[in-house]
Amino acid sequence: MIENLVSRRNFLRGTALATAGLVLAVQLPGNTRRASAAVGEQSKFIPNAFVKIDTDGIALIMPHTEVGQGIYTSSAMLMAEELEVDLDQVRVEAAPPDLKKYMDPILFDQATGGSTSTQSDWVRLREAGASARIMLVGAAAERWGVSADDCRVEKGIIRHDPSSRSLSYLDVAPDAATREAPKQVPLKDPSQFRLIGTRAKRLDTPAKVDGSLVYGIDTRLPGMAYATLAIAPVKGGRIASMNEAAARAVKGVRDVVRTEDSVAVIGEHMWAAKLGVDALELSWESGPNASVSTQAIVNDMHEASLKPGVVVRDDKGAAEAIRKAKTKLDAIYRSPFLSHSPLEPMNCTLHIKDDRAELWVGTQVPVRAQKAVAEATGLPPEKVTVNNQLMGGAFGRRLDIDTIEQAAKLLRNIRYPVKLVWTREQDLTHDFFRPYYYDRVSAGLDDAGRLVGRTHRVTGSSVMARWAPPAFVNGIDPDSLDCAAETPYDETSVFADYVRHEPEGLTTAWWRGVGATHNLFVIESFVDEMAYAIGQDPVDFRRKMLTRNPRALAVLELAAEKAGWKDKLPQGRGRGVNLQFAFNTYLAHILEIEVVPGKEVKLLRSVLAVDCGIVINPDTVRAQMEGGVLFGLGTAMFNEVTFTDGAVDQSNFDNYRILRINEAPKVEVYQVKSLEKPGGVGEAGTAAAAGALANAIFSATGKRIRSLPLSEAAV
Amino acid sequence: MKKLTINGQVHDVDVPDDMPLLWVLRDVLGLTGTKYGCGIAQCGACTIHLGGVAVRSCQTTMDMVEDIPITTIEGVGDTPIGAKVQSAWLEKEVVQCGYCQSGQIMSATALLTDNPRPTDTDIDDALAGNICRCGTYVRIREAIHSVTV
Repeated sequence: MIENLVSRRNFLRGTALATAGLVLAVQLPGNTRRASAAVGEQSKFIPNAFVKIDTDGIALIMPHTEVGQGIYTSSAMLMAEELEVDLDQVRVEAAPPDLKKYMDPILFDQATGGSTSTQSDWVRLREAGASARIMLVGAAAERWGVSADDCRVEKGIIRHDPSSRSLSYLDVAPDAATREAPKQVPLKDPSQFRLIGTRAKRLDTPAKVDGSLVYGIDTRLPGMAYATLAIAPVKGGRIASMNEAAARAVKGVRDVVRTEDSVAVIGEHMWAAKLGVDALELSWESGPNASVSTQAIVNDMHEASLKPGVVVRDDKGAAEAIRKAKTKLDAIYRSPFLSHSPLEPMNCTLHIKDDRAELWVGTQVPVRAQKAVAEATGLPPEKVTVNNQLMGGAFGRRLDIDTIEQAAKLLRNIRYPVKLVWTREQDLTHDFFRPYYYDRVSAGLDDAGRLVGRTHRVTGSSVMARWAPPAFVNGIDPDSLDCAAETPYDETSVFADYVRHEPEGLTTAWWRGVGATHNLFVIESFVDEMAYAIGQDPVDFRRKMLTRNPRALAVLELAAEKAGWKDKLPQGRGRGVNLQFAFNTYLAHILEIEVVPGKEVKLLRSVLAVDCGIVINPDTVRAQMEGGVLFGLGTAMFNEVTFTDGAVDQSNFDNYRILRINEAPKVEVYQVKSLEKPGGVGEAGTAAAAGALANAIFSATGKRIRSLPLSEAAV
Repeated sequence: MKKLTINGQVHDVDVPDDMPLLWVLRDVLGLTGTKYGCGIAQCGACTIHLGGVAVRSCQTTMDMVEDIPITTIEGVGDTPIGAKVQSAWLEKEVVQCGYCQSGQIMSATALLTDNPRPTDTDIDDALAGNICRCGTYVRIREAIHSVTV
């Protein structure tokens, strides 16, 4: 979400929050106060926010949350590398809500998103491990009366070879806890890495193959009841009438609780709660958004897109260059509202007491979750305990806390523990949606086929303005133009502007690579249009515009070679290319498809070449590329959320279709070795999907896709 | 009171006839490895074995299951093929968020029990009912092919 340098500059500029955050973050690992957290607990060593060594072993207090992306393992590798322990010696504990200690220095929140986790943890977790190691070795050396320089560490055992003595980390933990944290924390040269760069096994997966992992939705507490709910189908609507007595008469129903716009039935199991909701005979008042429809929203966006927006990039002369150009192109691209639909539906378990509350939930934003419960219950935040759980997917949905807030409001007068589970229908219809975007693009090419000017106007909702207001500066949402204002190509004449347009009747939210995913569909499709307009091969056309970008060129060449770009294709087949620099990662994607008239597009083979800088775990990078690209392809093929009379038309996987195994292409991932600092990978594959798909369809059929998802009429 | 045999153990439960097995497993018996994803047999997260056949427990009501042995993800590792599937899943590092994987493993185990050497088409037929939002399909296929029954 906030990935490229331009975005980050914008983000930093003029935000007091940002400045405060940076200071906090840099102070953390090397702080000079005594590591006194161990006071009173003899064998505990907690040298910094991230490392804890006690009789239970070595723990990483994990600043980021696991949504499936493998960050528990990758971040543990960073700490373990410098602490000189093996990965299987490390236990990962979810960090409690504590902004000062666990803020993501790129997002300025204790948040997991935007493909920033590895980029954020890359230095701080290695420093945390190194700092702890220095203190532990120092304690051992002092006890032995030798120089720390003569000691070494292997798998958490400190050895002094000249005297053949050894001590475990735990042995010296109490001594280490009384030592000063080192001011200088030298880190290994990459050539010395023994863990980073290896295909280390994931720490979280064994419990995911035998059913033992407890996700938020699996929470079970003594005396706990089960609840489900119904929410007004139209945003801003209210309950008009309901038959509470009928719900209470259902066997197993214990309580009925409500707010203005929602009602939950609590029972002895989910089935009783569901039957209870069904028995309510709910009727709703639609309220002010009763006439909201997708068509009306798109019409409004069309109108809004005709007027100038806030200028994001202006090289001067772009429009003029296009006017004088030999070949001119103009196009409108449209990208739909999208749902997150992680497979674990929204859920929240709360035990509210008079003076405190406890929350069990999977959230990407634990501090916000704590605050939501505090505000709804009137308790101070420190009286709200957050037990953060591993998540059954999130894709940005769990960066919002609306569901937690709703649960706390509904349950604020209930004094026994309740697990509230959204049905799939309630989850999908009350999602916060990836914005609809309406893009106007134009370009001009000279006699030699060179791109001489390009303009791009993005019209759409600003998630940033709602979610992180300090980052929305001067009317610019750095995410909205991500990958549109700046491309990997040699461009000197670009004009890009942003028209913020907030549709009524829904809330927009982060999604898997919000800005990049939408803009790359537009830009990479449009670059293809340019190539075909002058009769050039799409890869050649891109290659010629990469004279100053060797890393982008390298991934493009690698993907083209591996995909056999030059090889002839049989009738009905097509290949499409997508090239990007997003999340500080270079990625080229070449997709091969087959189009048979009267049948759906068949995805055959997806080839990805990635340069994400130093790789922590190559298998995780591969997994994120594979999964990310399938997520993006399925979405581009099938998905849109639409509104009729203010309500969402889709409700479950029968009408919000998810890509299945029989529809998935082969995926091949090639990684470029690099010593640059790590980029993000969680969203890159998703962002690389739609452009390649649209371009492949053009190559197969000559039809240009400018609106997603693919409709039956389109191919 | 109904008698259920789950993973070789007998349980007596007092629940309505029309209650889906999914909620009996999860909320009454505490076997939370079987997941709720959609409630309409579209996602496969709730897949279990009923008499050795892979079925969606969200659509399987109590009146359908008495006297038929049930296996869930918590017990499938006790079968030789289930154990091999679980270790193939770890060996190929299939899992991401993991939420669908109980169902994927139950479907894969049922497939391999009937058909020790499935083709890609066989895999498609047996697992097309199991949605994975993280997109682990490439590795699910690899993992199934790697299992030697």
